[in-house]
Amino acid sequence: MTTGTTTPATDGSEHPAVELVGIVKEFPGVLANDRISLTVRRGEVHCLLGENGAGKSTLMNILSGMVRPDAGQVKLDGRVVEIDSPKHAIGLGIGMVYQHTSLVPQLTVLENLMLGEAEGIRLNAAHAGERLRELGSSLGLDVDPKATTGMLALGQQQQLEIIKALWRGSKVLILDEPTSMLTPKGVAELEQIVARLKGQGLAVVFITHKLHEAISMGDRVAILSQGRLVGAIEPAELRSATHDELQERIIALMFGGQAAQATGVAELTDGVEPHLPRRALAAEPALELDSVTVEPGPGEIGAHDVSLQVLKSEIMGIAGVDGNGQRELAEAIAGQRGIADGDVRLFGHSIARLKVAQREKLGLRYVTDDRIHEGTVGSLSVAMNIVLKQIGRSPFWGRGRIRYEAILSKARELIGRFDIRTPGPETRVAALSGGNIQKVVLARELSFDPKVVVYSKPTYGLDVRTTRSVRRTIREQAREGVTSIVISTDLEELLDLCDRVAVLSRGRITGVVENGPSAQQRVGELMVGGKST
Amino acid sequence: MTETTAAAGLREPPRPGEMTGGQAQLGRVGDFFLRSILPLVLALGTGAIILAAIGVDPIQYYKDVYSGGVQFAAWQDSLMRVAPLLLIAVGLIVVFRAGIWNLGIDGQFLLAAAVISGIGSRFEEHLPNAINLLLLFLIAGVVGAAWTIVPALLKARYELNEIITTLMMTFIGINLAQILVKGPFQDPTTTTPQTRAFDFTALLPSIPGTESASRRWPGVHVGVLVAAAAAFVVWFLMSRTSLGLRLQVLGASMRSARHMGLDVPRLIIVAFLLSGFFVGLAAATEILGVKGYQRADWNPAFGLWVVPLVFLARLHAIGVIPYVVLLSLASIGGDYAAQNAGLTPQFTLLLVGLTLLFMALTEWIARRAAGGSYLPGASYRRHRAEGAG
Repeated sequence: MTTGTTTPATDGSEHPAVELVGIVKEFPGVLANDRISLTVRRGEVHCLLGENGAGKSTLMNILSGMVRPDAGQVKLDGRVVEIDSPKHAIGLGIGMVYQHTSLVPQLTVLENLMLGEAEGIRLNAAHAGERLRELGSSLGLDVDPKATTGMLALGQQQQLEIIKALWRGSKVLILDEPTSMLTPKGVAELEQIVARLKGQGLAVVFITHKLHEAISMGDRVAILSQGRLVGAIEPAELRSATHDELQERIIALMFGGQAAQATGVAELTDGVEPHLPRRALAAEPALELDSVTVEPGPGEIGAHDVSLQVLKSEIMGIAGVDGNGQRELAEAIAGQRGIADGDVRLFGHSIARLKVAQREKLGLRYVTDDRIHEGTVGSLSVAMNIVLKQIGRSPFWGRGRIRYEAILSKARELIGRFDIRTPGPETRVAALSGGNIQKVVLARELSFDPKVVVYSKPTYGLDVRTTRSVRRTIREQAREGVTSIVISTDLEELLDLCDRVAVLSRGRITGVVENGPSAQQRVGELMVGGKST
Repeated sequence: MTETTAAAGLREPPRPGEMTGGQAQLGRVGDFFLRSILPLVLALGTGAIILAAIGVDPIQYYKDVYSGGVQFAAWQDSLMRVAPLLLIAVGLIVVFRAGIWNLGIDGQFLLAAAVISGIGSRFEEHLPNAINLLLLFLIAGVVGAAWTIVPALLKARYELNEIITTLMMTFIGINLAQILVKGPFQDPTTTTPQTRAFDFTALLPSIPGTESASRRWPGVHVGVLVAAAAAFVVWFLMSRTSLGLRLQVLGASMRSARHMGLDVPRLIIVAFLLSGFFVGLAAATEILGVKGYQRADWNPAFGLWVVPLVFLARLHAIGVIPYVVLLSLASIGGDYAAQNAGLTPQFTLLLVGLTLLFMALTEWIARRAAGGSYLPGASYRRHRAEGAG
């Protein structure tokens, strides 16, 4: 076993852990992987960097047996293999941790781990418990095997996912956007785990769209763009160059020769400066929550006695760790679930008894964070999804009949305005990348005269450029007089966007902070303080 | 759009012409063959092997199915069988598209049949024939719809699984229909448990030109046209109206439907009532067009026959017609062929069962090869070839 700090001298003497040679994968309308070749070595963290839709996940899904390539070879330890199922991949020692959890929340930690054990009919809890202790100590983790999985923090759930991926003795571990749902502390813990795994000689593939992550965690960085491998940074360069130099080089690789013209580069590299509240706000309240209480569903926290006043054209942030009542509160405002107590007022009138469609007519919009299962219908076209909240209304429907021409022309207009990358308005939404699906959702929510918009994690899982464009859209809307509530777990995002930030903890508002130089610290204090009660 | 992308310093997105065109076309044809034709071929092939194994000449058997279903003036019978099967099929398409499993078809069917055969023959003398028939169709539809109300409300209000509730309601419906036939609707002039037979003149008129000299009834009844009209109506409803889109959004995801502000409980009830209504109409065509009375032990169990068909047709109301015609032919001709071969008439049902089995298999293959499933969002997906982007 080699130490983790230097590259193990395995290159010459042995075959690398994984070699992908000329991988091609085409989906209808998208060439997801265009002749990509990649080598992953033992004891190295290989970062796969690229924007959403660049083909990172497809490439790794090929390695983990979820997707079969159209052309190209996969070699493990120098041996050509055809991986035809996830099970086969696991058998070959390839473990993958997906972006979205695959754990069953109602089961205990140990039960979740034993689900992967396909052999035999009876579950061997004693053996599994031993394996858990063994893996836990090698990763430096202390996991309670009897804890109910759903009650664990997201960071702990992810640690459990890693343990699950290593359960059958993996040699290669793939982490797909592992930091997207973690708090800063969770990220630090993850970094430690990855370092340990590296030290034990595992080959780690780290998929990310965040530049600084790739630079700080990777021993080697491969940059993907539009399905092609556009560049790679070798360990020597990663060690010798400064952070800024590396950043510049990666941006140049990602955006090609046009990087100099790309207006976003400055934004991309700069840190976030606290944004000062706009003093010109009218004192007219747009949305008022008055002691709102939402009963928790199974595994939820609910919202308790939440009072909040959002002024017209203000951007109000709601900060907090995921699972602290954000969704319950957002759905209560949108009307998707009832409130047990309190009142919700829109421009002074109570809307607590109105249904979703009635609130929508009054100008209330809800940009859900579950854009794939809730915000869109994947089997319908982009055009249809854009008018889904207008069903039956003029000009898209007349006397109950659909008017395709009106829908298509509106869709074309919005595809242009919101820069939705789609082969056409009649492409099924399911065929688009996550960022473009989010743009479809935004196009729908922001195009039909919105007055108050609730954004739930609006840039969650999006790449740098789409994130930037979404934030710009939110700002533009506010400038035009739209009131916004931005729910986010990303504090930087809230400080970048908001006039004020409220902190939600355990379903309660623990404080509201005016944005400004000391806001970050104060919000942090409120988040921590709220947690300890 | 090209300008904006260039300004942002980006590469071109995939061009619209590249993706569709020949490859997608081939994909769709292949997909159609895989999902909609192959299961039938495999079922007929396996059926032939089974026949050969039990000593029946399969070629002769399938020949007999054809001649029993088409020749010897049997095509009228086959065509008349289309009416109830097609009406049930379109009723199922409405609910299945809404993502709801109405499996209580037989209960709804028999109860509607019992009510109209019981009361129909009583007031046939008092009303003009056309109005009488219209009224009976309406009553049958309402009874069929009414029998879905309990599962509909239970699902709409308490999200109770409708597979279980509709199956339970179908048992109650079948038995209730028997009680009605043996009890209040019993023909007093006979000891056989059956309703009073309609007068020939009070039954559905036949389509001119379909008469056959050798037959008891004059020709193919107009119920077939009613069924064809219903198929068109459902196709229009699902692909062109706002209600159709709402039902399909509900079918795609209940979460999305709620998020979009749709009245989910109301849509569930509407879908159930519509399907029950069409099943009731199916019963009316069979009683008023073919049977003329109802025996207590009569249960054609059409529901089971139709379920695989609507999936073969990918829940398309017009697309299901050829399958229904084929099945009608097989069910009429199958009786004759089975008789000739000394088999039970249930052999046709075996073929239907095999079709379902092979559908499950081809579905598995198709999902790997082409993606998607038997439950498409097809009608609203691509309404015409459209290249602009």
